[in-house]
Amino acid sequence: MSTTDMKGPESTGDAAVNEAVGHAAGAAPVAAQTTVDEADVPAAPELEEENLSLPGQETSAAHAALNRGARKRSFEVSDHEVPKSHVEEWRFTPLRRFAPLFQDVATDDSAVEYQVEVPEGASEPGTLAIGQAPRGTVLVPEDIASAIASARSEQALHLTAAKNGAYDAPFRIDIAGRGADRRGNGHIVLETEESSSAIFVLNHTGSAQYAQNVEMIIGDNSTMTVISLHDWDDDAIHIATHHARVGRDAKLKHVAVTLGGSAVRFNAIGEYGGPGGEIEKLGLYFSDEDQFFENRLFVDHSAPHCTSNVAYKGALQGKKARSVWVGDVLIRKEAEGTNTYELNRNLVLTEGARADSVPNLEIETGEIEGAGHAAATGRFDDEQLFYLRARGISELEARRLVVRGFFAEIIQQIDVPEIRERLSASIEDELARSMN
Amino acid sequence: MSILEIKNLHATVETPEGTKEILKGVDLTIKSGETHAIMGPNGSGKSTLAYAVAGHPKYQITQGEVSLDGEDVLEMSVDERARAGLFLAMQYPVEVPGVTVSNFLRTAKTAIDGEAPALRTWVKDMKGAMGDLRMDPAFAERNVNEGFSGGEKKRHEILQMQLLKPGIAILDETDSGLDVDALRIVSEGVNRAKESTEIGIMLITHYTRILQYVKPDFVHVFVNGQIAEQGGPELAERLENEGYDRYLVGSGS
Repeated sequence: MSTTDMKGPESTGDAAVNEAVGHAAGAAPVAAQTTVDEADVPAAPELEEENLSLPGQETSAAHAALNRGARKRSFEVSDHEVPKSHVEEWRFTPLRRFAPLFQDVATDDSAVEYQVEVPEGASEPGTLAIGQAPRGTVLVPEDIASAIASARSEQALHLTAAKNGAYDAPFRIDIAGRGADRRGNGHIVLETEESSSAIFVLNHTGSAQYAQNVEMIIGDNSTMTVISLHDWDDDAIHIATHHARVGRDAKLKHVAVTLGGSAVRFNAIGEYGGPGGEIEKLGLYFSDEDQFFENRLFVDHSAPHCTSNVAYKGALQGKKARSVWVGDVLIRKEAEGTNTYELNRNLVLTEGARADSVPNLEIETGEIEGAGHAAATGRFDDEQLFYLRARGISELEARRLVVRGFFAEIIQQIDVPEIRERLSASIEDELARSMN
Repeated sequence: MSILEIKNLHATVETPEGTKEILKGVDLTIKSGETHAIMGPNGSGKSTLAYAVAGHPKYQITQGEVSLDGEDVLEMSVDERARAGLFLAMQYPVEVPGVTVSNFLRTAKTAIDGEAPALRTWVKDMKGAMGDLRMDPAFAERNVNEGFSGGEKKRHEILQMQLLKPGIAILDETDSGLDVDALRIVSEGVNRAKESTEIGIMLITHYTRILQYVKPDFVHVFVNGQIAEQGGPELAERLENEGYDRYLVGSGS
């Protein structure tokens, strides 16, 4: 059975909103591809792009370059080139700002401090040396920063939820940077064994130059929630690679929140070890003046009957506030019965900020349940502001109202109440700061 | 008791062709309990008058005065004007994604009153007002103006007027594009506000139809940025029969 449902460009209400929506289920004919090409509606200063490749198409050189699954992976630092801006993978990234993280130099062991807290009943944190399984069984570096983080982390932190275990409280890792000029590397392995259920909270504060790998092994029939909070000081730079393998009938809920830091590039990869897996990736970012936040997501549908759902929302305000969101979904030939959707929304609050949003969908089988994506960047415009203020609402309160509403959908899905509250408060702070 | 006084108001707007004067000396006084219909052809500047008084940044006031109860309105920010008791029901209300009607109304009410409304009475008031306007209770949980039909948007504007209880309300073509049923519901809402409060109303309209439902005390004919003629309700009847042609002779339109 195969059905096709494709929508062209969509504009809702506000003329400043450009929306590109793609939807494909089953083997879509060539005509549908044309529709999607037309959906590319760039409008300064935002940029919307959309790429969709479907089975039965000629594999051109451009397509081969797009194939996200074919990217080279290696533990050897020398196998990776120093990023260049003409490479697709790095074209949005301000390379000079991240430059310290491309240098293979010794880790300053006190650059970053870790504090680990495990819930009652859980085993104490362990360590894993380079090459000691399960370390390296899921995450194999695909860029130089990740390769350096791996090679320069002699011992990885290893947290495990035991088979059939369930915990009331989350596992917490507080990661505190001790200086913007200090170079730290880290490798963390999170594991939920068969039929267990656990929440892991990674909380990043302070400042450092920090390259980090987070490897997630989600055992069969287990449930893992990972909440990574990037609440760095304004001068921190951070490149993270999060790589998860979701076992048979297992679930991963992965939440990335980026509010602080000078430049943060977050690369989150999810793949499946067996059928019946579920991946949910949620993200929230708020980029202020001069902040650069990049989120790159990749869901690799490598097993049948798995689902994935991606929803990232970002707000931007201030001069040179930048965000990049690239969402790649690959549905491999063997991934029959896949159901996937990805969404990115950006809210540009002031002039001078820029959001780029690029969803990519590659489909190699016709036998899927559904695949869709949507990306849109909207402005908080003068008419909206006028409307709210004409009802007596002050400018600050009006912005609050809109931004709170915008993020509510993501925040409500974060399972730890205390983090929900903290996030709401942080967003208020961000807004209040910019209004003074 | 409120009194809105507009004296010799001139306003300009920036266009690609340069600065254009839209309001060319408007004089108008509206007191509590009075309903003034402002009627005129398209492009005469009626809506500009509404937005200029409400403080839309697009319009520059170049001359004249606007006061509310003796306070200088032109010195106030948009939200200060609303808090002082001015209300503008918009012709094209904008969408506010992610903000529910109920949250929006409560926030506005809190801002206008300077304190949060008592929860129990507020919920009751809101439900009652929505019922009066034949709005489904589910409406409260929808995002402001998102996916609203034309009639829903206008009812939502009147709902706000009813709950915020302004001293002076400006209704900018609230009747445009409504079918008869929706017009009747909206008009009833306006009349209820008139009966229950001392509200003064500036009713801007292109058509005479709404005046069958909302009775004006005064009718002003607005042409080329000025009030060309004023009178009682009988003037509306005359416009009904004769149209605006009489005023347009020699005005170059």
